[in-house]
Amino acid sequence: MSFLQLKRVEKLFGNLRAIKGVDLTIEKGEFVVFVGPSGCGKSTLLRMIAGLTEIDGGSVELDGRDITKLASSKRDLAMVFQSYALYPHMSVADNMSFALRLANVDKAVINEKVGRAAEILNLSSYLHRTPKELSGGQRQRVAIGRAIVRAPKVFLFDEPLSNLDAALRGQTRVEIAKLHRDLGATTIYVTHDQVEAMTLADRVVVLRDGAIEQVGAPLALYDRPANRFVAQFIGTPQMNIFDIAALPSLAAIVGSRSADCAAVGVRPENVRVRQAGQGALSGQVELVESLGADTLIHAQLAGAGASIVARQSERTALRPGDAVGIDLVPNAFHLFDRAGQSLSLLH
Amino acid sequence: MLMKHLPLLVRTVVAWAVTLLIVFPLIWLVITAFKTEQQAIAIPPQLFFTPTMESFAEVNLRSDYLLYAKNSVIASFVSTILGLMIAAPAAYSMAFFRTKRTRDILMWMLSTKMMPAVGALVPVYVMAQTVGLLDTLTALTIVFMLSNLPIMVWMLYSGFKDIPPDILEAARMDGANVWLEFLHVIRPLAMGSLASTGLLCLVMSWNEAFWSLNLSSAKAGTLATLIASYSSPEGLFWAKLSAASLMAIAPIVVVGWFSQKQLVQGLTFGAVK
Repeated sequence: MSFLQLKRVEKLFGNLRAIKGVDLTIEKGEFVVFVGPSGCGKSTLLRMIAGLTEIDGGSVELDGRDITKLASSKRDLAMVFQSYALYPHMSVADNMSFALRLANVDKAVINEKVGRAAEILNLSSYLHRTPKELSGGQRQRVAIGRAIVRAPKVFLFDEPLSNLDAALRGQTRVEIAKLHRDLGATTIYVTHDQVEAMTLADRVVVLRDGAIEQVGAPLALYDRPANRFVAQFIGTPQMNIFDIAALPSLAAIVGSRSADCAAVGVRPENVRVRQAGQGALSGQVELVESLGADTLIHAQLAGAGASIVARQSERTALRPGDAVGIDLVPNAFHLFDRAGQSLSLLH
Repeated sequence: MLMKHLPLLVRTVVAWAVTLLIVFPLIWLVITAFKTEQQAIAIPPQLFFTPTMESFAEVNLRSDYLLYAKNSVIASFVSTILGLMIAAPAAYSMAFFRTKRTRDILMWMLSTKMMPAVGALVPVYVMAQTVGLLDTLTALTIVFMLSNLPIMVWMLYSGFKDIPPDILEAARMDGANVWLEFLHVIRPLAMGSLASTGLLCLVMSWNEAFWSLNLSSAKAGTLATLIASYSSPEGLFWAKLSAASLMAIAPIVVVGWFSQKQLVQGLTFGAVK
């Protein structure tokens, strides 16, 4: 019996089917990340689980109980909002204890729980401040603390890091991962940032246009994307995908391994840049991005009108305009049929 | 030097002149209230005289000031509290659960204030008469409340709209039902607009004259009817009229004086952002 189960869940906004019959099961203690481009319905789906957005079809079951029509206040879920949504008129301690006070929990118990959460989140010396006296990162920690003290059945995070600057985002991400490891709480986390998805998740749910494209462990999605969308959405820089019709020389490289194959994908790290004249393909360097540990080489493929990106750990002296040869690592191709579905991964 | 200060000087003089113009009737009313009837109609008007409480005593003797005052207090306070109880949920739903028609409903409600009150006099009078509520505080309270309701909804709506909806959703996730959400989140965050809306409506109900004059007389009359009773039928008695007026407006002027800040905030809602 799974802990949280979505069955054919639907959401309509007027005539628009924002969520198109989503089925999903989440196990107790799992960290699940909903990821997808803006407008894919990931936040809507989370809000439907939270009870903040009405469910128009299907059902949601939590711990064996149908909560489809239950009010948010009775679902025993905690949510961390993108905007933090702290109560501006309450102190940090009051913000964190609000839910417990509403539930008439004993004062001593409240103080103990708030104290412990504050300790975990390094907020002990800020308990008497109001939210406006805190920095963005501290506010986010209070929002997380507000969720922790309740020990809810499921933690819901709605893009919690997007209002933080890059350094703080990385740091808070690590904290959230640690917190999940320590508390072992079931968590659903919405983000559009695939780095967050890859680093935090036990399982990633990739959404597009209100439907699930693929569910799987982060590396499984990376290694075995179900379709072109997932292949290109997961991984930075994106997977290189070429239509065989546009680049006939690829057919020779792929061979006759799949007759249905319409497109070939190859990750940037599986592209090798050679000296001009060498390699199966040839091209011209468009741009070199030196990131320190990695170097990204963007090249225009000869005769194809397509660009390819190579990622290598060695630094390069190549400059835009230089002619290069390009090789693809054998047996690391992703083959897609005409509908964009993955045929099989060739090893 | 003079040129530098001239604009300020001009502004100051103009400001004082305008203020004096506006306040003059009130000042004159206060002065007249402390005159005898002869002094009140003396030509040229007397600025210096020996103040007397004669008119106040006369007013107290002739009419039951406390009854009218009590009626005013009950009608304005009860109508304000009732109005807030109805307007707050209405504004809540309009501010946080907007639909396509919310704007239209708000405009429609406001449009009822564009019609002169006398346009509704006959139907309201007939209704009050039919249910036997003429000259009762119940009728006045209901009418005051209804006539203030559109403005109350508007003011509270503008106040509530400033509260980020996320915060209310957070409260819901924390286990608050609608009532607890209102009590613990909206009420403290919108205290300013709730207070100023209440105050404004209190003042408007207190000052209301049209409906009091038409729907009430001796039993349920408010201070507005007390004032009016001194302009007829035996002719005008300026000193007594002024004394009655002063006694009628004094309480609310005092309330207004102490709550100036709230009132101004309420009236300029959303104007400065």
